[in-house]
Amino acid sequence: MAEVEETLKRIQSQNGVQGIIIINSEGIPIKTTLDNASTVQYAGLIHQLVMKARSTVRDIDPQNDLTFLRIRSKKNEIMIAPDKDYFLIVIQNPSD
Amino acid sequence: MPPKRSKSATSSAGSKGKGKGKRIQSPVHETKPGHPDDIFPLVLTSATQKLFGCCSDVDVTGERPYKLLKKDDVIKDFKTRAAVSDFSPVKQIVLDYPDDDLLLVFDRDFIYGQSFYLVLTPEAKERILNVAGSPEPETPQVFEDEAIKTPEPEPWISLGSEQEIEEESVRETREKLLFTYKLSEVRRKFGPPAVFSDSKTAVTGCPSCPDSRFSIKLMLRDFGCRAVPRLHSSNTQTKGKLTSDVSTQYTPREFSNEEKEEILRSESFLNFFEKVTSSMLKALQQETIMNVFVDRWKAMGTTSEDEYLSPEVPKHLMLFKVFTEEKYAKGKKISTFNWHPTLHGVIAVALTEKRTEDSPMFESEDSFIVFYSFSDSSHAQLLLECPGDIFAFEFCPSDPNIIVGGCRNGQVVLWDVSAHSIHLKGTQPGEKAPFNTATFDVDDHKEKNTPVVRYCAASPIENSHKAPITDVQWLPPTFEVTNRGLPVENKYNISTQVVTCSPDCSIMFWDVRVSNVNRSARKQSADQKAPYSFLNTFKHLVDTWRPFYKVSLPMIGTTGKYAPLKFCLEPYICVANHTAGATEAENENAVNSEVIPDFSQLRVPLAETLTPLEDVNTKLFIGTEVIKAKKNVKRVACSILMCFYFQSGEIIYSDWKKVIDNSGSLESVKPLHCFNTHYWLVNTVQRSPFFKDIILTIGNWNFAIWKEGVTGGPIIVSPNSEQWCTVGCWSLTRPAILFIGKEDGSIEVWNLLEKMIEPVRVYAQVSNAKITCIKPWTSSKQNFLAVADELGMLCMFEMPKTLCVPSRNEISNLEKYFVVEEDRLQDRLRRKEQRAKEPKRMDCDKPLKLPVDEEQEYKNYLKLEEQILKGLGLLSATPESHTFSHTHL
Repeated sequence: MAEVEETLKRIQSQNGVQGIIIINSEGIPIKTTLDNASTVQYAGLIHQLVMKARSTVRDIDPQNDLTFLRIRSKKNEIMIAPDKDYFLIVIQNPSD
Repeated sequence: MPPKRSKSATSSAGSKGKGKGKRIQSPVHETKPGHPDDIFPLVLTSATQKLFGCCSDVDVTGERPYKLLKKDDVIKDFKTRAAVSDFSPVKQIVLDYPDDDLLLVFDRDFIYGQSFYLVLTPEAKERILNVAGSPEPETPQVFEDEAIKTPEPEPWISLGSEQEIEEESVRETREKLLFTYKLSEVRRKFGPPAVFSDSKTAVTGCPSCPDSRFSIKLMLRDFGCRAVPRLHSSNTQTKGKLTSDVSTQYTPREFSNEEKEEILRSESFLNFFEKVTSSMLKALQQETIMNVFVDRWKAMGTTSEDEYLSPEVPKHLMLFKVFTEEKYAKGKKISTFNWHPTLHGVIAVALTEKRTEDSPMFESEDSFIVFYSFSDSSHAQLLLECPGDIFAFEFCPSDPNIIVGGCRNGQVVLWDVSAHSIHLKGTQPGEKAPFNTATFDVDDHKEKNTPVVRYCAASPIENSHKAPITDVQWLPPTFEVTNRGLPVENKYNISTQVVTCSPDCSIMFWDVRVSNVNRSARKQSADQKAPYSFLNTFKHLVDTWRPFYKVSLPMIGTTGKYAPLKFCLEPYICVANHTAGATEAENENAVNSEVIPDFSQLRVPLAETLTPLEDVNTKLFIGTEVIKAKKNVKRVACSILMCFYFQSGEIIYSDWKKVIDNSGSLESVKPLHCFNTHYWLVNTVQRSPFFKDIILTIGNWNFAIWKEGVTGGPIIVSPNSEQWCTVGCWSLTRPAILFIGKEDGSIEVWNLLEKMIEPVRVYAQVSNAKITCIKPWTSSKQNFLAVADELGMLCMFEMPKTLCVPSRNEISNLEKYFVVEEDRLQDRLRRKEQRAKEPKRMDCDKPLKLPVDEEQEYKNYLKLEEQILKGLGLLSATPESHTFSHTHL
């Protein structure tokens, strides 16, 4: 528990990190540093996207699997690390 | 009757036993009157009959009509009876009869006239016997006789068939005609070789055309058909929407806190987190290091794209309006004009008399500043009366109702049009004029009732400039200047001070407030009631107004002073060095126009109470005029060198602050820099609205761009033009665009980023006379360029979009360009210095030689001139008093 907190702090302390969300495989947020409304929104949308991305990768090659997903937009970058049960989402402002 | 028939059949000798023959012959018999030649009818008496045994109906009956008699018997008979015998007529025949037997035929029916006939010839006998029947052996002879005889054709009996034949037959009705033609060619034409050639005439074809009288209905058509299999393959692509379950939820699912804790503690979560953290950190760090998604190509392209894609400036300016006033503007030229700073569509135009240079300077006539509005382009909305021709005027930036102007006679004049501001506002396009019967009638007396505003205050002549005021500017409301020339803070944020310059080599600072010095000595003059309306705003200034600060411009290097024509201050923006609350209050004051204190109530604060502002740039860019300095005519024995020195119009960079010199009094400082860029006059000095330190100066032949702080000279100088440039201005929207008005009435548009050798577009003949003023104006919707000329016309053009919308990164590009030019200038200067140092030895000899050569040349020239004039007969009596000008530009 404390380790988790510490690691989260480490991630948070990186340059430009705006928020961290951890959601389970169904899209329910478990831990977050953003406010509730944003969290819920991010969770719902990103969960769908990860499902889609994963199914895409696996359709192309069933032996393959999704390991990391990065969405870069004009204003920020969303990084998603999916796993079997949980997803870790980090939103960062790029430094340039 | 059958017996008759058969009798007749047998009696006829013609047939051979055929049926036909019988029938034919029976009618033949009936018709023939005579009897055949070979039978002879006899009458036999009964005695004879008994004798011979042919008693009728006893021996010879109808069925057996034939009786053969022996010839001998007959002969006996003859002998016996001689003449009485019945056979006496045939005696001879019987005697001649070859045969022994004679046929006697009983003719029961008396066919031949008698009851018996004797067959005369054996043939006939045979014949008849044959006909009678075969059983009898005698008859075949008869038949043979009859058979040998060919039947002879009977004569034809007409039964009517010949008529039918006649009808059907074709006979010639007339003789055949015989025509003989003689058709022949000349002999020689027969047989030559044939020559084929094309026909010389046009080929006349014989086109088929449908004949309307004639049509064949096509009853039979050739037609073929083929069976084709119905198999057809095609494919389509559907979007293939994957069915997905969609569900909406109204509240998001959330875990309760305990559940969250539970999960966070679970092992699977910890594993996950461990795994994921490292990659996440790596990604985060990557982000901070480098941006991998930069499109380098695009990033490169932003600088170079602009130059190629800059749209073309259209060929013609669209004329929007022309303002002329019939009454007041006729015969006058516009010296300058200004857009009203706040009212949209109102322009104030200063009209001056066209004078030549030699007319007296202080003649005062009625001159006006005319206000035009967009809504009415031929009538003035407001007139400002001036004591003389106005060459420069400005609206006060803090109160647009106050206008200061500089006169031809050197006076500074103030107007206050507050009373008519509503009227002016009403003349804005789109607004209804307030119904104000006092000032104007709506219909035809409009011109008469154009309100005239007399000037509120004019500086007394003795305090004013000695030459026409060429430039007037308000100091910005951010600072003010004390009477020692120090810039201090401006408490009220109102522009209250005016700077004027004039070719009498001085720059004066005036204050419109009540000055401390003359407070006690204010006179109330009795003749203040004037026929025109004017306000008493500046009552305090009447008769006592004087500049509180004067700057003169001594020349660098020589004695004499510069004659400034135009100058340019740096607009100073007050940096907020007060506390936050105070600035807000001040800003509010500035914005809130109703709170402008009455000018008559303002007092010039004591200089000591105000905090000085250190960072005000007190330097001015000044454009000067030609100063003619004559050198005396010297007649030196050997050299006659007489020339006018024309001081070229120079750009001076000077400070207005005075320094304390040796004697302890304030002395005007010499200008810091002076540049000889323009020849003759400088008619415009203007700061760029985009860059604080870029200044445009326009002379008669060229223009130059200066950067404040660059001391070497102008960073950009344009090439000399053929026409005089009379006026110019920056564009308000595009930092790289300049407008220059010319003497022939054309306008040049220069784009500093595109090319510097020639204007991007020349709008020729914008006006028919010299252009005296150009000022652009922009609003959110429209961009105008107003052009004033010498004919008193003010034309307003709508600026095309390409001239208004700046291209991408124009400001930054322009900045870079200026930097480049600056560097180039520095480089050039450096090189000049270097070159100046090197060949010093060479120069020493030359200056000594030159005057001698020139002297000699000049002598020769004089001689030549004398000769020519003698030749022409124009040589006047006193050649010595001629002064020759040798202009040295």
